[in-house]
Amino acid sequence: MNFKKAGLDSCPLTLGSTDQSEGSILRSRWFPFFNFAHAQFIFKMAAVQGGMVDAKDELDIKSEPPSDGFGNSNANDGRLLSSSPGAGTGGTATGNNKPAPGPPEEQQTLLAVLQFLKKSKLAESAEILRREAGLPEDALDPKGTDASGSGPGLAAGSGQVDGVDASSLLSRVTVSSSAAAQAPKKDSSLAACFYSLSASPAAAGEDQPDVSVVLSAYSQQGDPSLYDAYYSGLKRFIESVLDCHRAELSQLFYPLFVHMYLELVYNNNESVAKAFFEKFSGDQECYYEQDLRILSSLTKKEHMKGNETLLDFRTSKFVLRISRDSYQLLKRHLQERQNNQIWNIIQEHLYIDIFDGMPRSKSQIDAMSGSLAGEARREANKAKVFYGLLKEPEIELPLDDEDEEAENEEGKPKKKKPKKDSMGSKSKKQDPNAPLQTRIPLPELKDSDKLDKIMYMKESTKRIRLGSDNLPSICFYTFLNAYQGLTAVDVTDDSSLIAGGFADSTVRVWSVTPKKLRKVKSAADLNLIDKESDDVLERIMDEKTASELKILYGHSGPVYGISFSPDRNYLLSSSEDGTIRLWSLQTFTCLVGYKGHNYPVWDTQFSPYGYYFVSGGHDRVARLWATDHYQPLRIFAGHLADITCTRFHPNSNYVATGSSDRTIRLWDVLNGNCVRIFTGHKGPIHALAFSPNGKFLASGATDGRVLLWDIGHGLMVGELKGHTDTIYSLRFSRDGEILASGSMDNTVRLWDAMKAFDDLETDDFTAATGHIHLQDNSQELLLGTYMTKSTPVLHLHFTRRNLLLAAGAYNP
Amino acid sequence: MSERRFAEVSRDSVKLMAESAGLELGDEVAALLAEDVCYRLREAAQSSAQFMRHAKRKKLTVDDFNKALRWSNVEAICGYGAQDAMLFRSVKEGELFFVEDRDINLIELALATNIPKGCAETMVRANVAYLDGKGNVGPQGTVPAAVQSLSDDLLKYYQQITRAILGEDPHLMKVALQDLQSNSKIAALLPYFVYVISGVKSVSHDLEQLNRLLHMVKSLVQNPYLYLGSYVRSLVSSVMYCILEPLAASINPLNDHWTLRDYAALLLSHIFWTHGDLVSGLYRQILLSLQKVLSDPVRPLCSHYGAVVGLHALGWKAVERVLFPHLPAYWANLQAVLDDYSVSNAQVKADGHKVYGAILVAVERLLKMKALSLPQPAEGCSSSQPGCLAGPMGYRVSSPGLSPPPEPLAEAGLGIASHLQAGGAGCQWEEWSPVPLPAMYSELYSFFGDSLAVRFSTEQSFGGFSPCTPSHFRETRKEPLGHVSNPDTTRKMPQLTANLNISPRQDGSPRTDPPPPSLAATGSVRSLARSSMQRSRASSSRSGQRSIGLSRDVFPKARFTSPHSGPPTFSFVIGGRQMGRRCQGRRPFQTIFVPTPPPPVVLPRVYTHKLPVIGRVCKPLRRWTRSHYSLHLPL
Repeated sequence: MNFKKAGLDSCPLTLGSTDQSEGSILRSRWFPFFNFAHAQFIFKMAAVQGGMVDAKDELDIKSEPPSDGFGNSNANDGRLLSSSPGAGTGGTATGNNKPAPGPPEEQQTLLAVLQFLKKSKLAESAEILRREAGLPEDALDPKGTDASGSGPGLAAGSGQVDGVDASSLLSRVTVSSSAAAQAPKKDSSLAACFYSLSASPAAAGEDQPDVSVVLSAYSQQGDPSLYDAYYSGLKRFIESVLDCHRAELSQLFYPLFVHMYLELVYNNNESVAKAFFEKFSGDQECYYEQDLRILSSLTKKEHMKGNETLLDFRTSKFVLRISRDSYQLLKRHLQERQNNQIWNIIQEHLYIDIFDGMPRSKSQIDAMSGSLAGEARREANKAKVFYGLLKEPEIELPLDDEDEEAENEEGKPKKKKPKKDSMGSKSKKQDPNAPLQTRIPLPELKDSDKLDKIMYMKESTKRIRLGSDNLPSICFYTFLNAYQGLTAVDVTDDSSLIAGGFADSTVRVWSVTPKKLRKVKSAADLNLIDKESDDVLERIMDEKTASELKILYGHSGPVYGISFSPDRNYLLSSSEDGTIRLWSLQTFTCLVGYKGHNYPVWDTQFSPYGYYFVSGGHDRVARLWATDHYQPLRIFAGHLADITCTRFHPNSNYVATGSSDRTIRLWDVLNGNCVRIFTGHKGPIHALAFSPNGKFLASGATDGRVLLWDIGHGLMVGELKGHTDTIYSLRFSRDGEILASGSMDNTVRLWDAMKAFDDLETDDFTAATGHIHLQDNSQELLLGTYMTKSTPVLHLHFTRRNLLLAAGAYNP
Repeated sequence: MSERRFAEVSRDSVKLMAESAGLELGDEVAALLAEDVCYRLREAAQSSAQFMRHAKRKKLTVDDFNKALRWSNVEAICGYGAQDAMLFRSVKEGELFFVEDRDINLIELALATNIPKGCAETMVRANVAYLDGKGNVGPQGTVPAAVQSLSDDLLKYYQQITRAILGEDPHLMKVALQDLQSNSKIAALLPYFVYVISGVKSVSHDLEQLNRLLHMVKSLVQNPYLYLGSYVRSLVSSVMYCILEPLAASINPLNDHWTLRDYAALLLSHIFWTHGDLVSGLYRQILLSLQKVLSDPVRPLCSHYGAVVGLHALGWKAVERVLFPHLPAYWANLQAVLDDYSVSNAQVKADGHKVYGAILVAVERLLKMKALSLPQPAEGCSSSQPGCLAGPMGYRVSSPGLSPPPEPLAEAGLGIASHLQAGGAGCQWEEWSPVPLPAMYSELYSFFGDSLAVRFSTEQSFGGFSPCTPSHFRETRKEPLGHVSNPDTTRKMPQLTANLNISPRQDGSPRTDPPPPSLAATGSVRSLARSSMQRSRASSSRSGQRSIGLSRDVFPKARFTSPHSGPPTFSFVIGGRQMGRRCQGRRPFQTIFVPTPPPPVVLPRVYTHKLPVIGRVCKPLRRWTRSHYSLHLPL
């Protein structure tokens, strides 16, 4: 590995670094643990696992030598004390984290977690969780506290000495988890903790009382035969209210329906449940069809235990936005009718975000709904996001006149003006919306990076200005004979290399320029080289290995995500085998395998500045890594279903993740917080793209729609309808004028992004309420549709000169 | 959505399977088990769909299902991983479906001679869809000119077009030119057309063909869909050929090759102004070759004429740079020709007068423009140019020096200097500094005498409308003009316009700029204006020549000696009764150019235009329409 260790140590973000950010690191690493989302997650995993994996196996995988990072985290945890209170109230991913005992069901969940921890002999963790959650000591039964004796006495002792001190609290967390009794688990990785946890109950036994606790909220609360009447009564009421309220109140149908159905199922009223489902499932919005199908297959209490969708539904509150008037109307109605059953469900399982003002129209509601857990709460999107771009480092362009002269001779006019302009705009003073340059530590520019930047600037002077009347030509890279199944494609920024991830676990890298791919010579041969020579970089390459294609073997499952590093020296691949691998494009060998997800990793991407990368997968968390750390730096937890795609913001300070729960979340890399939740898609999200100016986000999903989001305001600002199948790739042109989308329906579509973003004038009202009025102008914005013969479009890329590259495997 | 839509495993199937495993199940157990199996299967199918989606497929494979099973810790089902679809066969009597599982004779397989070849290597192939400006993809398989051989259709088109343009039928030619001008799909043919046009050298005896080829150039240049790129150079050289070469056709004095040269000069300036940015150094090169011709005394006079006309067409700056410094040297030669009254010299002398006239027109405009630009050196003459309202034209007009956009003035000057000295020209270009206007005027006056002053007149000269007697050289030059004092002048116009065309571009000349769009007259008015302008021009020259003394008075020398006396206001009256600027009646017939600052809005547009653009959509079209009018607008 040839990472610059020294340089990285100075980065406060990495483990084992300056004190100042240590708190935040540890907080973000450990904090989600105390988060409800995570508590749920543990249970989900426990349930999914079904106790089939032997705990020992699981732990063996994770038994790695003690990390230096870990040692450091013990050493300097002094700052956590100060940052901890903020962390407690600052709200994390799901925003429902409250240190004080929450509503009864939250507390119940907590108790379940505690019980669970205790069972798995993690008394220390249990203690900490209890403390953190502010539960009374006796919340745990005495047996549980006694069990702490099984942990290392030293750690427990120290914990008692300065129990209030959060810093020691932290140290105990780490110590306890590392030393956790029987488990030889020294990895401080959160995931390890999870998995060992999830594996333990399997060893413990078949019964899962903890899960039942979670589900017990569905215990009998009324006469099952009356459910039908309750629901019909509400339906009649909603259908009879004024039009303006009807649309809003109709939002209640789906969550109520689901919860009532689940309650019926839980209480073993199978036939009633079936009848209920058949009677009312037709009333639900069509975009819930997918969920309803899952629901309909679920008819037994036993089935509920393992079903992730239902656990999601149960454990997260379905968020509805309803105007105050409508809400009052509903409340009055339910009170009049003494309809406690429904009222209870609303109280327990729904979160009604009440706003003052005009009720929303049906189209407004439809635009925003569709996600697994309803809409985003308004406050979830209130955090400030620094969406501006970082200042480009100033690199003086060597003015090689010869070169320009040669260019001129070729008859390509070269103006100095645009170049100056582009440089000028870059070196402008700090954008007010941009994060501080040092907000997160970024790798320093190497000389080769500077050269590349210069190349980039030169290329960009030749960039074609795209627009509605000047569309890019499209170069399609068709993968032929890809019997193995092409699953992922990436192209380097300079469009010189293209890589494909295949279902047969291989990664193949092609050079699309005449320059062939060469390996570095073997160590023995390298010794013979004159290291002082000017062309040493050329000499180290082994000419014999030159070829157009290099195949990288290493994964043991389909490769679902690949990403080139910006400097073209590395390639990341994420696979079904649960690992992310880092490959060197100098030696074409695997450098690191990053373990942690333990479930299929659906996507990974390098930061635009290199060094960091993000990954997300089936385990519903996204992880932020640095190439020289084998543990994640951040874990972004909050999604209710698989994370299907991950993208870095152009300024590298944020990460966007799209999920099967049909939401998009934006995470702050600095502190791991979720700063935006975008709802509106009606299917799993498979493509994300940030606009080059960092202001907007485009997302594409299986529903064939592209949605455009204003990151600053946290608003949906556009909907592009046209595709008839899953959208797998989205890309903005280099200047952001054109949005290209590629889909399973074998088309590339070009959209007028300029117009889409120009047209919107976000007035204060819209910004404040988040109620958008989308005009249906997809047809105006659609600039072109380009069919392939029979090739799904898996990847899109704009070259530096704004030629559109597309890639996919021919599907005979 | 109802449950019935799901396939179900029946109780009997479960029982059957249990029996095959040697177990006996009760009905109730079997039913429960069946239901549970259904649920688990559905669950597995659900999660396997996720693997399918991430593999970016539409078809669920056995592999996906196995993965789902594996991740839910169920043993995978082996043996069904084939790529091809399974064949299910049914047994009629039992309503049973089963996968056909044929026996395979391993011996046969092992001893088989037709060993299957390994499957083809995975590879990446690039396919490019070239989109034109409107987003249309070229037909499948087509690639732009650079990489492409011609399709049959294009070939046919090419043949038809060339045949039509070079053929006899004028109507057909018109249609062909029109199409060439607007067809968006002929990029591939551009090199071929350019090649055809370069054939000018082979038809130098045929004025008609030359003319047609020039029209072809014009159409190509006007086509907004064509990116001429480096072909500009080739087109320019073809056009320059027509301007400068002693064409075979010019041997016969009856051939009006002068008109051809005028037209070519116009075209040159048009190409230059619209596409000059595609080839850098073009301005320099053109000036150089023009200057070379001019300084070569061996060349025939018609070549000199072409050089002068070309310089004039490129703008008054070009005249100032090249023609003016060269004039003293050239004047001697010309004078010799003009002073030779021998009969054998008659033809040459006539040519000499042509050149003389061309020079005269050029320097007149030079003087005029200088006078205009002088008072506002910083802003240039733009403020007095209403023409800069006209979008793309704005740059040209508003640029004070009328130097071409791609090259800064100073740079161009230096560049020329080096080239010129290499070319042996005697002019001191390196120290070139604008000659002050009075000096220039007096120098020119020394050559041209009063005829200069007459033509370079101010509004006062328009006042007179009485017929006059032409001076002697004017007489020789434009014989018919001499005794014209009545409307039948127009009849003789052809000859006149031929000469007048030498000031074709009218760059920056307020008198000849087409009216700004707001004032733009309808076609009828324009044509009226045109004819009346010819008349007025003639009359103005006549009025100037009426008496030498008057012309001296008319020409206000004082204005130039004290240029700070205020911006001059030129009022140019098109058509109608000529008025002084004080009585500005009859608006429809007047275009009065008042120094009003140009709206700044124009600038960004000009700037964007200057960026290298591929496709050059719509731009040339507009320019041409304007220059097209100026083609027929006499001074």
